[in-house]
Amino acid sequence: MALLEIDNLTVSYGKAEAVRGVSLNVETGRIVTVIGPNGAGKTSLLTAAMGLLRAGGTLRFDGEDISQLETEKRIEMGLCLVPEKRELFADMSVYDNLLLGGFIGRHDRARVRSDMDAVFDRFPRLAERRTQKAGTLSGGERQMLALGRALMGRPRLLMLDEPSLGLAPLIIREIFHIISSLRETGVSILLVEQNARAALETADFGYVMETGEIGHSGPAEGLIHDPRLIATYLGAGH
Amino acid sequence: MTAQIAAFLTVDGVTTGSIYVLIALGFVLIFAVTRVIFVPFGDIAAFTALTLSALQTKHLPGTVGLVAALAALATLLEVIRLARARRPGQIPRALLFYLVLPLIPAAAVWATAGMTLPLPVTIILALALILPIAPLLDRVVFRPIADGTVLLLLTVSVALHFALVGLGLLFFGPEGVRTEPMSDYMVMVAGVPVSGQTLMIMAAAVIFSGLLFLFFEFTITGKSLHATAVNRTGARLMGIRPERAGTIAYLLGSLLAGISGILISPVNTIFYDSGFLIGLKAFVGAIIGGLVSFPVTAIGALFVGILESFAAFQNSAFKEVIVFGVLIPVLMWRSYTFAHSEEDIDE
Ligand SMILES: Nc1ncnc2c1ncn2[C@@H]1O[C@H](COP(=O)(O)OP(=O)(O)OP(=O)(O)O)[C@@H](O)[C@H]1O
Ligand SMILES: [Mg+2]
Repeated sequence: MALLEIDNLTVSYGKAEAVRGVSLNVETGRIVTVIGPNGAGKTSLLTAAMGLLRAGGTLRFDGEDISQLETEKRIEMGLCLVPEKRELFADMSVYDNLLLGGFIGRHDRARVRSDMDAVFDRFPRLAERRTQKAGTLSGGERQMLALGRALMGRPRLLMLDEPSLGLAPLIIREIFHIISSLRETGVSILLVEQNARAALETADFGYVMETGEIGHSGPAEGLIHDPRLIATYLGAGH
Repeated sequence: MTAQIAAFLTVDGVTTGSIYVLIALGFVLIFAVTRVIFVPFGDIAAFTALTLSALQTKHLPGTVGLVAALAALATLLEVIRLARARRPGQIPRALLFYLVLPLIPAAAVWATAGMTLPLPVTIILALALILPIAPLLDRVVFRPIADGTVLLLLTVSVALHFALVGLGLLFFGPEGVRTEPMSDYMVMVAGVPVSGQTLMIMAAAVIFSGLLFLFFEFTITGKSLHATAVNRTGARLMGIRPERAGTIAYLLGSLLAGISGILISPVNTIFYDSGFLIGLKAFVGAIIGGLVSFPVTAIGALFVGILESFAAFQNSAFKEVIVFGVLIPVLMWRSYTFAHSEEDIDE
């Protein structure tokens, strides 16, 4: 059974429909990617899945209909979004940002402490900068902090909105490497990306979204070699 | 002006300033978390003093009815919201928080009205009765327009202030009150007499500023309030409920305002509409702190108190003119520095 089932989801801003009848599944323990150009509706899709935007259609998480649930309830169930803008607490330290990432588990201090240690193990750079203000971190460090903060909430489904946005190629490699390595923790990942090649190389399954709709979909392995995608999204060079 | 007079005016100014500090910190706290400039904040302070006085003179304070009515209204709104969202499971919790908890102090005051109670008990009752007012007003008035502009929120806030002043006249009448002094201790400091009441006021400002600092620095709840203030969306994504953070901010702010009302009423006569000027002067302090910085706000509020004290000595008729005249250059200076710092905030 799929962990997340999105069925016929629609999002409108006034009259303009940004997402039109999108259906997709994320199986437990898998990395699923949604790729597509600017304005395709990817961010709208994730924001709606989180309950921050009003949407039509049905969302099921772990078999349960969550379409009517408020954002905070969805988070308590194990959904987590790392948004496009990261939304870090800029004037707070790295440590405090992580601590707040564990807000829903705050009553269990031992859990927060061990999760914090695990994040620092995974991101040694954050450990070095634990007292630094989040707003003064470099772009790559910020993305690591956003990921680390998300992991502090022990999500079952991690939704990442363009984790490579604005980063240098070397850091992008590092970030995608970290995303692959999250697989072993058992978390399922819904990865939204414009960087199609890197996303498909990391993911198990891919959906291609264009002007609010899903065009193709299939195992990531197959999409990478799909001639239609190579022309539009992946560039000719191999 | 002799050194002796200057010392006397300074002590007087620091005392008044300490009262403003307590209220100004509340302004900043509430604004940061909810974006509401809670104008009726001075009224909350005045209502606490008037409620305390009513208890001491064995009258039933009108604030009991106010709390009961607000609790009923807030509960109704909350139950309707939950029913519409098809979440009936959350109704018992809503009843507890919006109806039962606020009605406990109201019932206690109602039941003990007319009894002779020791001073500390009346103080605790007055504070407990005042605490739910601002959070309930938040639920009834501000939450439905939480996404509005700061200007809309401010306009509504001003309207709310006038409504409360009207109710104040209805509840407490036009006469001013002074509550029983809490101590008759007196000490000479550098030739200036300093009363126990003055010391208590200064101590309260120091202690509560310190507690607020510790709260934000060392508790996860404090940090969650700070997080909501700096990034609402980010906070929501961590599972922090902005409404709950707002309620905590209103409760803490009301506690500060209530305490300042209780401390000031033995030394100043408080009328049903005294809250406005007290609040406005505290607000000048908050503006000096840019509505964001707690330490600068505290310094600003102290500055207003001292300025007022010296202004009153020079020319008591123009006391308010001098104090508020200072607001204009300060506002210009702050808006200038704001325009520059905002560019750095956007990434
Ligand atoms: N708040 C909004 N109000 C009105 N229109 C919006 C709003 N947010 C997004 N849109 C529109 O909805 C469409 C989809 O936007 P969305 O941000 O979901 O795309 P995206 O796939 O995430 O793009 P990108 O890759 O550039 O991040 C766009 O046409 C955009 O202009
Ligand atoms: Mg986007």
